[in-house]
Amino acid sequence: MSTQTAPARPAPARPAAGLPLAVRDSTTMLRRNLLHARRYPSLTLNLLLTPVMLLLLFVYIFGDTMSAGMGGGADRSAYIAYLVPGLLLMTIGSTTIGSAVSVATDMTEGIIARFRTMAIHRGSVLIGHVVGSVLQCVMSVILVGVVAVAIGFRSTDATALEWLAAFGLLVLFATALTWIAVGMGLSSPNAEAASNSAMPLIFLPLISSAFVPVHAMPGWFQPIAEYQPFTPAIETLRGLLLGTEIGHNGWLAVTWSLALAALGYFWSKSLFDRAADRR
Amino acid sequence: MPASVMPTSSRGDGSQSSAAVSAVGLRKSYGDKTVLDGIDLRIPAGSVFALLGPNGAGKTTTVQILSTLISADGGQAQVAGHDLSADPQAVRAAIGVTGQFSAVDGLITGEENMLLMADLHHLPRREGRRVAAELLERFDLTEAAKKPAATYSGGMKRRLDIAMTLVGDPRIIFLDEPTTGLDPRARHNMWQIIRDLVTGGVTVFLTTQYLEEADELADRIAVLHDGRIAAEGSAEELKRLIPGGHIRLRFTDPAAYRSAATELTEATRDDEALALHIPSDGSQRELRSILDWLEAAGIEADELTVHTPDLDDVFFALTSSSSNESSRGVTEPGSSVNEPKEKAR
Repeated sequence: MSTQTAPARPAPARPAAGLPLAVRDSTTMLRRNLLHARRYPSLTLNLLLTPVMLLLLFVYIFGDTMSAGMGGGADRSAYIAYLVPGLLLMTIGSTTIGSAVSVATDMTEGIIARFRTMAIHRGSVLIGHVVGSVLQCVMSVILVGVVAVAIGFRSTDATALEWLAAFGLLVLFATALTWIAVGMGLSSPNAEAASNSAMPLIFLPLISSAFVPVHAMPGWFQPIAEYQPFTPAIETLRGLLLGTEIGHNGWLAVTWSLALAALGYFWSKSLFDRAADRR
Repeated sequence: MPASVMPTSSRGDGSQSSAAVSAVGLRKSYGDKTVLDGIDLRIPAGSVFALLGPNGAGKTTTVQILSTLISADGGQAQVAGHDLSADPQAVRAAIGVTGQFSAVDGLITGEENMLLMADLHHLPRREGRRVAAELLERFDLTEAAKKPAATYSGGMKRRLDIAMTLVGDPRIIFLDEPTTGLDPRARHNMWQIIRDLVTGGVTVFLTTQYLEEADELADRIAVLHDGRIAAEGSAEELKRLIPGGHIRLRFTDPAAYRSAATELTEATRDDEALALHIPSDGSQRELRSILDWLEAAGIEADELTVHTPDLDDVFFALTSSSSNESSRGVTEPGSSVNEPKEKAR
């Protein structure tokens, strides 16, 4: 062809494969997700309301009874100390429901099909969601933490290293639950279904050691409460922030997190790769 | 094994002999349902190709396969010289796709959508902003650029959709039913946009349900029916396959219908609808002579419509002539399954 009306732009260079591409595209997708979260904060804030309400409820309404139940002359401030680590982890569970919902919503959008036909890193859509969700978890944990401190929570004997470990645990746990939530979002046809199937993420903390010690539960139930993913994480966080006994809960929490993250990752990946062929 | 029959396009040099898209024996089924039953295509670079067919014919499936969205069960295809299954990323780098359902992110603004595309095409920041602004301007979206895309009208969304597709400067563009659901003005705008793309040397693969649209835009048209290409050719070639139009007389009184039917022996009967079809080319002269003749014969229909050839007729023609061996052919116009659409004049 001799003449063209518009000078053609130089064709974009073939994108470099491998890690740089993955990082670049995932960052782009992360920016997109954070933009969504910033434009439409109501979902995140709604989910944040649950742990904050529970915190206030258990401290100010049930606080005296609960602390009496702990025995050993514990008062309300002792119960706050007991309660907060569990609620911080519950905050993570609650926030990741938002991830399940936003992934499910996203998958109903035509733009996902567009992403699939572009020469971008395959996993970047999901990685963007996961990193965005983990960042939101961190922010939510900080917000709930601020409320906790405002009503009297104090970390009694945490060193800088223990704070760091606590932060690491929260991020690891958030990553694990997010990958599971992403899988739940991908396997749900719409936002409502995603929010339903993600219920365990907020239900599990209720049957963990978040509100009452495991040994105060019925005997047959204790093994369930003790070995589900939340309890070891809660006990570890408690140990790091308050100096209680961690015992085998540390490696249990890490193992649970790694296992859930791996399970969620492979589950999500296979669902995402299959979704295009689904009708 | 790479296709030996197709000369592969070197680099989008626009020469008429190179194929932008070529496919041999594409098959796809979902469960028991065969959607594509062996599709062969060869689309020269720089041309507009229209895949024409009714809902469920397999148009979208074809686009999804050629744009790497789903994989074919059988056959092979090359897009922009790259094998679909061997190097899908290379295919993706060369194509742009605008699907049937809006592929814009409704939660963010039009401008943010454009910048998202620029980032995903790894354009430098400044270049990305320039390209985004340029395309928004070109598609008359500058004013709405700062509003969430979800607030756009159907036509605006479709324009944004195409603008996003163009960010990476694709050499081959797939448009799946680009005008479905648009009002007439937006449809004509879209046609102009597609014509402009072609003058830039881009190859366009579009699907449509409308013969008129294929006629307006495409160099070559393939008619897809039951997962096969029933016919392929230029618009003129296809129209030659279409039988002439007719005049349809509809009666409400069965007695009047029966007496008219015995009178008009050359008319085709549609007993169920109480309608008679008289072959006609639709000219004023012929219409007048038919009216005079009806008048003389004392036949008074309750409704008279002039029927011009449309996609349905193409299907009647193609399915009744090409599939005599199978039972699926509809042999008589007006019989139950594919009631032709009437155009009142």
